[in-house]
Amino acid sequence: MTPPETPIVKEQKRSRLPKSARAGGTLHGGPLAYAILAVFMIVSLFPLVWTAIAASRDNQRLAENPPPFWFGSNLFKNLEIAWKDANLGEAFLNTTIVAGTSAVTIVVLSTIAGFAFAKLRFKGRNALMLVVIGTMMIPPQLSIIPLYMMVAKLDWTDQLQAVIFPSLVSAFGVFFMRQYLLQALPDEVIEAARVDGASSWRVVWHVVFPAARPAMAVLGMLMFVQAWNDFLWPFLVLTQTGNPTVQVAVAGLGRGYTPDQSLIMAGALLGTLPLLLVFAIFGKQIVGGIMQGAVKG
Amino acid sequence: MATRSDIAASPVKGGAAPGRAPGSRSADKDDKRRAKLSRRWQRDARWSPYAFVSPFFLLFAAFGLFPLIYTGWASLHQVELTAPTDMNWVGLKNYTRIFDDDFFWNAAQNTLTIGIISTVPQLMIAMGIAHILNYKLRASTFWRVAMLAPYATSIAAATLVFVLLFGRDYGMINWALGAVGIDPIGWQDDKWPGQIAVSTIIIWRWTGYNALIYLAAMQAIPQDLYESAALDGASRWRQFLHVTLPSLRPTILFTVVVSTIGASQVFGEPLLFDPNKGASGGAEHQFQTLGLYLYEQGWVNQHLGRASAIAWTMFAILIVIGLINQLISRRLRASS
Repeated sequence: MTPPETPIVKEQKRSRLPKSARAGGTLHGGPLAYAILAVFMIVSLFPLVWTAIAASRDNQRLAENPPPFWFGSNLFKNLEIAWKDANLGEAFLNTTIVAGTSAVTIVVLSTIAGFAFAKLRFKGRNALMLVVIGTMMIPPQLSIIPLYMMVAKLDWTDQLQAVIFPSLVSAFGVFFMRQYLLQALPDEVIEAARVDGASSWRVVWHVVFPAARPAMAVLGMLMFVQAWNDFLWPFLVLTQTGNPTVQVAVAGLGRGYTPDQSLIMAGALLGTLPLLLVFAIFGKQIVGGIMQGAVKG
Repeated sequence: MATRSDIAASPVKGGAAPGRAPGSRSADKDDKRRAKLSRRWQRDARWSPYAFVSPFFLLFAAFGLFPLIYTGWASLHQVELTAPTDMNWVGLKNYTRIFDDDFFWNAAQNTLTIGIISTVPQLMIAMGIAHILNYKLRASTFWRVAMLAPYATSIAAATLVFVLLFGRDYGMINWALGAVGIDPIGWQDDKWPGQIAVSTIIIWRWTGYNALIYLAAMQAIPQDLYESAALDGASRWRQFLHVTLPSLRPTILFTVVVSTIGASQVFGEPLLFDPNKGASGGAEHQFQTLGLYLYEQGWVNQHLGRASAIAWTMFAILIVIGLINQLISRRLRASS
């Protein structure tokens, strides 16, 4: 995925311009810019760091003034108890299955549909694309009541497929892959494959998938994050004792009558760590993906 | 749009293979084979696009469109959670029932105010951050990823952390306020503090994400617009007002629509921010949103029909917002 480029302007022409002409991508940030960013970064990261601090204390310390600012000694003990109490091992497995299935399916279906919308001519293409864009505007939550009836009727309550099936498609995914393939896949390559006698499916397999691989990876990560963090629907159809996802399990930690705050924080930390790890490793690609999906509409 | 690859030359393999005299039997056979292949190829070219897009539309129809319509149907019935298949026709009674309910109007109002106090600051801060990120910076990727960290946090985890931070007696925020001489605030007990706290969680999670969207749009603005503005003597601030903002109008509209849809759906934050973790959104329903009210009617009071009526009311509101958005963007396009 190519990051949006900042236009390169010749230095000579540049030097005659007032300094303010170089705003918007080419002006160097001064100390003030870094200071503002640093403040904002601290605000962004502080609740996460503090989750770890609170998870490393005991409940009593959290009910004192001032609140703790540094780590205590109970981190691993609390993580262990939270892991067991909230049944997090099973929850992690469940969430991985749900988010993995949903991400892979969305990526494959979005790629072939996006390819058709980007590169093939067929009747009704523009109208259907408008439908795709329109569905991005419908919040999926408005469908939860019949979905719940369906799940109840099929006896899928507490079963993972109740969460998986409604999350297998994404209009955003189709739109995203279409935008990518419009530029990333030259028509000549498809033509060449067609001249060689390849059927449409062979073109998809041997030309489109390889060309779309970077975008597929990014879309897969975005959809994995989204499915991992989904709350409302899993909360409705899965119980804490049945087949909880991580979010349902973590939310359950906060629901007792005398909740142990340090344990809740340990659970919240455990529920967030895997994604923070993903962000630490693939952060650049995820950022590029979000920015790619945002422009060129 | 250059998308005519599918009407490229017929892809018959070995069509120009050497050693076949015209008129010979093998050439005849070859012609037939060619015709057959060509027919198959045409059929393939004609129908495969539909095969490619149909999985999306089938799944969307089954799990998106059908349930949406069925929600409308269910809203005209009395349906109980305990027996979701028994439906008694009641006409518009569910609608009149919820419109008569003070808690519906309370929830609608809360959704609106939480929507405004979470969306407006969020997008304004995002714009400022995007502007700074658009400078040439050292370690620019690092800053962008750090901004996005809250996006990796789930609603459940984020809300539970903020519950502690906003705690009345031992929360860090009241402690910090106390340090500058402000009395403790009952974030979970009072109306405006509760709504501000819930909005804070939303702002915290989504500002970095929106900043990246604005940044992407800013980087697409042609450089010479700034140069000519500067030659005309425009200050940096005026350049921002007269070049950046107008160029960003479609993106701003997009983020406003997406945030509005998000705001109309707020559910997890007020649910988990409630000290009793109930569906009422605080003891006095002070931060109960429409999403939470829907859940309360459907899953706590077990009236799925009434919950469906709420869902469709929300849908209608969103359509109105969508139409207004359409109108605004058309006017903007006409004026530019």
